[in-house]
Amino acid sequence: MRVPSAGISPTGGTAAVAGSVGAGDVRATGPAGATSAEGPPSTARPGNPPAAPSYADTPPMHVLPMGERALLVELADGAAAAALHAELLRRRAEGDLTVREIVPAARTVLLDGLDDPLRLAARLPSWEIPPPAARAEGVLEIPVRYDGPDLADVAALWNVPVRDVARIHSAAEFRVAFCGFAPGFGYLTGSGDLPEVPRRATPRTAVPAGSVGLAGPYTGVYPRPSPGGWQLIGSTDAVLWDHARVPAALLTPGARVRFVPEAA
Amino acid sequence: MTDRAIAVVRAGALTTVQDEGRPGHAHLGVPRSGALDRPAAALVNRLVGNPPDAAVLETTLNGCALRPRCAVTVAVGGAPCPVTVDGRAAAWGAPIRVPAGALLDVGSAVSGVRGYVAVGGGIAVEPVLGSRSTDLLSGLGPPPLTDGAVLPLGVAPVTHARVDTAAQPGPPRELILRVTPGPRADWFTATALRTLTTRAYRVSSASNRIGLRTEGPPLERAVGGELPSEGMVLGAVQVPPDGSPVVFLADHPTTGGYPVVGVVRERDLAAAAQAVPGTVVRFVGVGGWPGRRG
Repeated sequence: MRVPSAGISPTGGTAAVAGSVGAGDVRATGPAGATSAEGPPSTARPGNPPAAPSYADTPPMHVLPMGERALLVELADGAAAAALHAELLRRRAEGDLTVREIVPAARTVLLDGLDDPLRLAARLPSWEIPPPAARAEGVLEIPVRYDGPDLADVAALWNVPVRDVARIHSAAEFRVAFCGFAPGFGYLTGSGDLPEVPRRATPRTAVPAGSVGLAGPYTGVYPRPSPGGWQLIGSTDAVLWDHARVPAALLTPGARVRFVPEAA
Repeated sequence: MTDRAIAVVRAGALTTVQDEGRPGHAHLGVPRSGALDRPAAALVNRLVGNPPDAAVLETTLNGCALRPRCAVTVAVGGAPCPVTVDGRAAAWGAPIRVPAGALLDVGSAVSGVRGYVAVGGGIAVEPVLGSRSTDLLSGLGPPPLTDGAVLPLGVAPVTHARVDTAAQPGPPRELILRVTPGPRADWFTATALRTLTTRAYRVSSASNRIGLRTEGPPLERAVGGELPSEGMVLGAVQVPPDGSPVVFLADHPTTGGYPVVGVVRERDLAAAAQAVPGTVVRFVGVGGWPGRRG
């Protein structure tokens, strides 16, 4: 019961997520996660076959077709994707845009459930996209016990004493870049020079809910028990997912987050 | 017992509750879910007078057996199969009356994979994010049926079915999937794009509600390296490193990092839900598929 998907998902390695119904198997980013920062460009290049029609190529925005009802908008980086995401939400709230799903990811935003993708594809490149305004709700604080089983490994990778991992990690401000892998699982990018870490060579078959992990440029918190390959540095009692709550996810795309050390 | 509920006597290989799914939450990592063969689910609802968003049961290959605690109207559709009530043959693809305490047996599919069982009033389990669908990827919604489970039913519709019987397309002998290019068609060689739309693939037995996996000539990449995670859509044809295309179905992950060479038209996905392992799959390039005129 697994289907490929990739990117840095918090589960196992390339091959598979054993046994779990579908937590898509996912490969790691390469060592130090460098690949997620710079993927190959998506436009056709010399020597390549004719590309799928790209509706609009106004650098740094590429508007790519994705079936009959969707557009995948590719941007230069995560910050540009965040800005477009914020602008799309604003326009939808104002009634200027009708779309079922707005799904940000590492450096793309997917628009699914459009009545007329071609029309929007033509309009998008002319949009003025302001930098995202700080969200009114402020910074969400997540209490963390920095007692994860990979704390020493992360300290070694960062070349710092073990106790400094908590200090460094909790000093950064994070932003939820996107969600995926499981309901309520956010991929958080940190401010400053938070060092990247590779995923574990061997994923764990069971990671407890509330585990705080690192992989590539991302921090994530497991909303429920699952297999996992991220480096676990701590744990939280925060409820990441509660479908009776609105919104059900504690971490929604664009939210600002800080991790606050608790006594372990 | 006269309560509005139905007991599961034989759950079958995999029987789930399905409705129109829970679109609109993909940004939180929530798959759309919902019935795989949407026209079949809509039809059985119509046959019992239910609204189109009522929850039905989706069976897999070998049906299920149910004992209602009250008299109910039921319709069985999707994959054709024998239907009996207390051992007597009953109609498939038409409304049938099942008395309280009688045993409704939905048999093994004669052809196709997924059967649909609508009960007047719908399966009334507690909705999650507006849907009663079982989502096998993320575990949202009710668990798959188990022997002995009891499912609540909604209030029986007062309206009568507008149709008594209805033609349903048989399962495909060959699965034709029309595919539009992109967004990552340019990550593949021209040969790969031609291979996908000219060679035959087969439905793999590893297929499930998350994706229709195929076996056939692998698709060669023109661009190496890794793709950062990006949003996924229903019908996306994702190509993992082994080169065998996977067509995303209702429980697909909301983001993924293997390149999507094309997207299958939504109206072709109902047939994909009914294609048994081994069925020949032909991808037909449409919508400006590279190298194809028209």
